[in-house]
Amino acid sequence: MEQVEIEKDLHTQELTLNMGPQHPATHGVLRLVLELDGEVVKRCTPHVGYLHRGIEKLSEYRAYPSVMPMTDRLDYISSMINNIGYCIAVERLMGIEPPPRAKYIRTLLSELTRISSHLLWLATHALDIGAMTVFLYCFREREWLLNMFEMVIGARLTVSYPRIGGVRSDIDDDFIKESIKFIDEFPSRIDEYETLLDQNRIWLQRTKGIGVISTKEAVRWGLTGPTLRGSGVNYDIRKKVPYDAYDEVEFDVPLGKNGDVYDRYRCRMEELRQSVRIIKQCIERMPDGKILSDDAPDLDMNPKGHKRLVGNMSLWSANIAFTNEYTLTPKGELYSAVEAPKGELGFYIVSDGTGKPYRMRLRSPSFVHASVIPRLCQGHMIADVIAVIGTIDIVMGECDR
Amino acid sequence: MTEITERQQDFKQIKGTNAFITTIDKVVNWGRAGSLWPMTFGLACCAIEMMSAGAAHYDFDRFGILFRASPRQSDCIIIAGTVTYKMAPVIRKVYDQMPEPRYVLAVGSCACSGGIFNTYSTVQGVDTFLPVDVYIPGCPPRPEAFFEGLMKLQEKIKREEFKWSRWR
Repeated sequence: MEQVEIEKDLHTQELTLNMGPQHPATHGVLRLVLELDGEVVKRCTPHVGYLHRGIEKLSEYRAYPSVMPMTDRLDYISSMINNIGYCIAVERLMGIEPPPRAKYIRTLLSELTRISSHLLWLATHALDIGAMTVFLYCFREREWLLNMFEMVIGARLTVSYPRIGGVRSDIDDDFIKESIKFIDEFPSRIDEYETLLDQNRIWLQRTKGIGVISTKEAVRWGLTGPTLRGSGVNYDIRKKVPYDAYDEVEFDVPLGKNGDVYDRYRCRMEELRQSVRIIKQCIERMPDGKILSDDAPDLDMNPKGHKRLVGNMSLWSANIAFTNEYTLTPKGELYSAVEAPKGELGFYIVSDGTGKPYRMRLRSPSFVHASVIPRLCQGHMIADVIAVIGTIDIVMGECDR
Repeated sequence: MTEITERQQDFKQIKGTNAFITTIDKVVNWGRAGSLWPMTFGLACCAIEMMSAGAAHYDFDRFGILFRASPRQSDCIIIAGTVTYKMAPVIRKVYDQMPEPRYVLAVGSCACSGGIFNTYSTVQGVDTFLPVDVYIPGCPPRPEAFFEGLMKLQEKIKREEFKWSRWR
């Protein structure tokens, strides 16, 4: 009786806690301002913009092929898919069709990139929740993949490999052999990760029933990718609007049921297996032929096979892309999206006929997903905020652009 | 009469014993260079390569380099990635919290000079507001480059004089 009265008299107040931008679990420079009632999160406000580099604005001052290195640095974990997404947008704008071999090479490499991105997600997500071994295991396979990229491209992370109308260089037999070795070995490695996590009571307690979002709400928040599919919505750009060789390969879209952190984890693990399946089919069906379309523009936007056009020398560049003398691209607007490992990565390009974009707007999945963090955190403990940040697989380079 | 043999410069051994004569500088620098604890401060793309360098394949731990998440426990800060004007005060605050002696590594083109991002929002090199000891160029640098940079910093620490003193 006495104790109850004491509790009534106790003065309590909400605690405002700043998390980030320097925090090891925020995947870069995300900042969250949490308002806590004890350990329960009442409100959560994400602050973005700590990595705003002005990529959209810089793109307006570069010829279409020169924008490619910018797209590398958006989602730096899966730079190949960003490049491909950009190339496909410009190809659709200019009406270029890449040759079949280029399409298959792109599909093969984008699935390898998807695996490496999901591996990094699993590594950091598990590390944040407390499983150190998974981090080391995942990086073992990731190094293997990065070495394979080096065989073809010469770069590990920022690849700039595809070109508008094809790819830069052909793949060789050594790479194919290494890929076959990888896809033979990799499914057993996925099992290895799952033995570490699926039966782990700590992992299950930290992920099951955390950050639940219903199907209807997930669609209304504009979620895409595995974050949406964890709630059971069958939406995959690779199936709905196929690009490259995705309409010629068979694969399933794994779906979750409950929409919690665990189901999204299951979705991504199944996606790893589906990626292996796609790679296998790509290697089997790899056609011969050219890797770059005949009407692909060169780096100065000169159409291939044509006499080299030179712009007005009085302008600040002799590059024809920066002059209004020639109509190099059709005028108009275009939105084109690809399925990045995080979700739908869209490029909205406004063209005024010159060889550089008049405006390029990026629809990045991480930015949309950052807005859902407060909804997913609400009512959970402060430790679950880490699990929520991990589950939406946020990359700040892409979010802040 | 004890006989003294010179093993290296400023490093003598008393013959027949386990006793050595050297300078405090040398002992302090040896201790510091051998256990360099950087702060994890991933900003952008270079942080992914930093993680690769810290993981089992490349393994920073071999050189006594362990990542610490708190500025209070670290000796050097690795600025890995693009620094924006919004982020720069945060980095300065973290740097100010570090105990002395402290060292700064600028990793990647963006941290060294701004790189390809010459825009309204990007700081053109962290040396505009931090005393940088070692620059590691590359976009992003390979893990081997990280090792090269940290070993250069170790060499630099070994050459220091009077850094242990209060009156330096």
